[in-house]
Amino acid sequence: MPSPKRTMFDKVWQAHVVSPETAETPAILYVDLHLVHEVTSPQAFSEIEARGIKARRPDRTFATLDHSTPTLPPDAQGRRPYVTHDAEEQVATLVRNCAAHGITLAGWDSADRGIVHVMAPELGLTQPGSVVVCGDSHTATHGAFGALAFGIGTSEVAHVLATQCLLQRKPKTLLVEIGGRLSAGVSAKDLALAMIAALGFGGGAGFVIEYAGEAVRALDMESRMTLCNMTIEAGARAGMIAPDEKTIEYLRGRRHIPRSDAFDKSAEAWLAFASDPGAPYDSEIRLDASGVAPMATWGTTPDASAPIGALIPAPQSDSDHKALAYMGFAGGAATTGHPIDIVFIGSCTNGRISDLRAAASVLRGRRVKAGIRVLVAPGSEAVRREAEAEGLDRIFTDAGAEWRLPGCSMCIAMNGDFAPPGSLTVSTSNRNFEGRQGKGARTILASPATAAASAVAGVLSDPRPFLAEAAHA
Amino acid sequence: MPDPFRALTSRTMVLPQASIDTDQIIPARFLTTTSRKGLGKHAFQDWRYDATGAPIAEFALNAVDPADHRILVAGENFACGSSREHAPWALLDYGFRAIISTSIADIFTSNALKNGLLPIEVDAATHAALLERPGYEVTIDLEQCELRFANLAPVAFRVEAFARHCLLEGVDPLGWLLEQTPAILAHETAHHLERTP
Ligand code: SF4
Repeated sequence: MPSPKRTMFDKVWQAHVVSPETAETPAILYVDLHLVHEVTSPQAFSEIEARGIKARRPDRTFATLDHSTPTLPPDAQGRRPYVTHDAEEQVATLVRNCAAHGITLAGWDSADRGIVHVMAPELGLTQPGSVVVCGDSHTATHGAFGALAFGIGTSEVAHVLATQCLLQRKPKTLLVEIGGRLSAGVSAKDLALAMIAALGFGGGAGFVIEYAGEAVRALDMESRMTLCNMTIEAGARAGMIAPDEKTIEYLRGRRHIPRSDAFDKSAEAWLAFASDPGAPYDSEIRLDASGVAPMATWGTTPDASAPIGALIPAPQSDSDHKALAYMGFAGGAATTGHPIDIVFIGSCTNGRISDLRAAASVLRGRRVKAGIRVLVAPGSEAVRREAEAEGLDRIFTDAGAEWRLPGCSMCIAMNGDFAPPGSLTVSTSNRNFEGRQGKGARTILASPATAAASAVAGVLSDPRPFLAEAAHA
Repeated sequence: MPDPFRALTSRTMVLPQASIDTDQIIPARFLTTTSRKGLGKHAFQDWRYDATGAPIAEFALNAVDPADHRILVAGENFACGSSREHAPWALLDYGFRAIISTSIADIFTSNALKNGLLPIEVDAATHAALLERPGYEVTIDLEQCELRFANLAPVAFRVEAFARHCLLEGVDPLGWLLEQTPAILAHETAHHLERTP
């Protein structure tokens, strides 16, 4: 007999099953929120239009422009500096498609525009217990609210546009229980990199992860989003964190969140999505946050990381050799000895206000080392406004960094912001694959504070001495 | 709508690297397309062309005729990374109809199957044998879910039942889903999800 105790995943899944899976057919799963951006949607709109279908639930579909959009301002004639005509045409295609299907688009003129996974939580679109999908693998970010959120392909984007549903086999559940507390100067990004190293690249394949434990409870909502965001880098489909008082307080008053009495009722329902004590998972692992130090990757997959200053492990496989050769690093040496060329601060992993504050606290009153290019791209217009109101933009520009418009920018390097061949970038984004930030470009993934400290030092650096000094200044 | 897929006999092309990610299969700078077609020439772009843009003659995708090398044998942990469907589109447009590895990312698998590209996971020994034999002739029998070779014992493989049915019979998954509209409406009513006017 199945256990009457249910995990959060089970509760959310069961509430969205339109028809259950059988040996022959997957379950039909209802989608509450469908997020759309310009890169993975054009072929989906063409697909449904070829069948004469309109979007079934434009009221549950929200679109933004983020991937192909330039982060430099328009010229005097108002022309945006698109990298190619194709990029401009892709943006124009989404504008047309949203108009044709009645979908709300946070376009160029919208004060809401932002990276899809930064924008939706800000607007209160992401809600606990809901199913959220987007044609983008970092959709896992929204799991920080106790939503079941995962990336889908473009054919599935067409399925959701046409039917508001997806065909899905039920995934397995993995509990990642993280005890202890992160120490000062160590962030959720460091925890995420440590978690991926523990699970291994692909170690989460087939699972939905639930993050629980003292360390996770202690994270604020933005840090929880950073942790869930990187779930996909361990190969898992989605990461979830149970809603609690922090979740409720974050959501209160946001645009798409119910008001007054309805809010209290919703809050009660949201909290009830937390896993029942003793609910069974298909697999469980335990980690300890207290030993986690600032982390940085040394290879070309996100699991190839080590504490900053620790020695790169001796290569154990052909892929380790290949990764080290690509990076120009050696096993048994530290990653801290290599001069860096570029620092990128932004992305759906680390482009929120708390990330910019962490970077600014290191850069305040300091200068970026000569010859290093630093790009700061806020995750959304809302983050940009908040940062500018706090004067963070001035801290960055005074330090010698470039303050850009919101967008994915150098995380995926398809909008014209890219790193040249051979260059070494310390990046707060989520992927260090070969060529991810430009053909032949080398990427070290790290936290915002680490990225800022490295910009000042000119080599990959532990941010803690900088943060301690800033605190005493 | 992909073409039906029942059986395929073709030679293999081998890319032995482990953890080939979706950024290698199709770099992000080619994702600004609004079409599914035409990405084949950019498949493995950064491994395939030199700094001047000239094809690197020894690289597998340049060295053989794609028309009779329709099966890609790739190193373990294939297609990790992104949900971009441009990855299967690029591989199909180049000419592949099947991928064989020990492990293949699940979003890629789901995307590939919807486009008529068949991802097949095999055991380490079979994989090792195939890695050693570039250009080997393999028969993929989707009806029997079996791989057959000239000099090796046949190997069974698994494909998700509905995706297999769709491939064998040429069933269109979106068409099937649209036929379930009454159940979707009933769910919306039962859960008070009706469209607010
Ligand atoms: S910031 Fe990077 S990972 Fe996030 S949605 Fe944009 S491209 Fe994808």
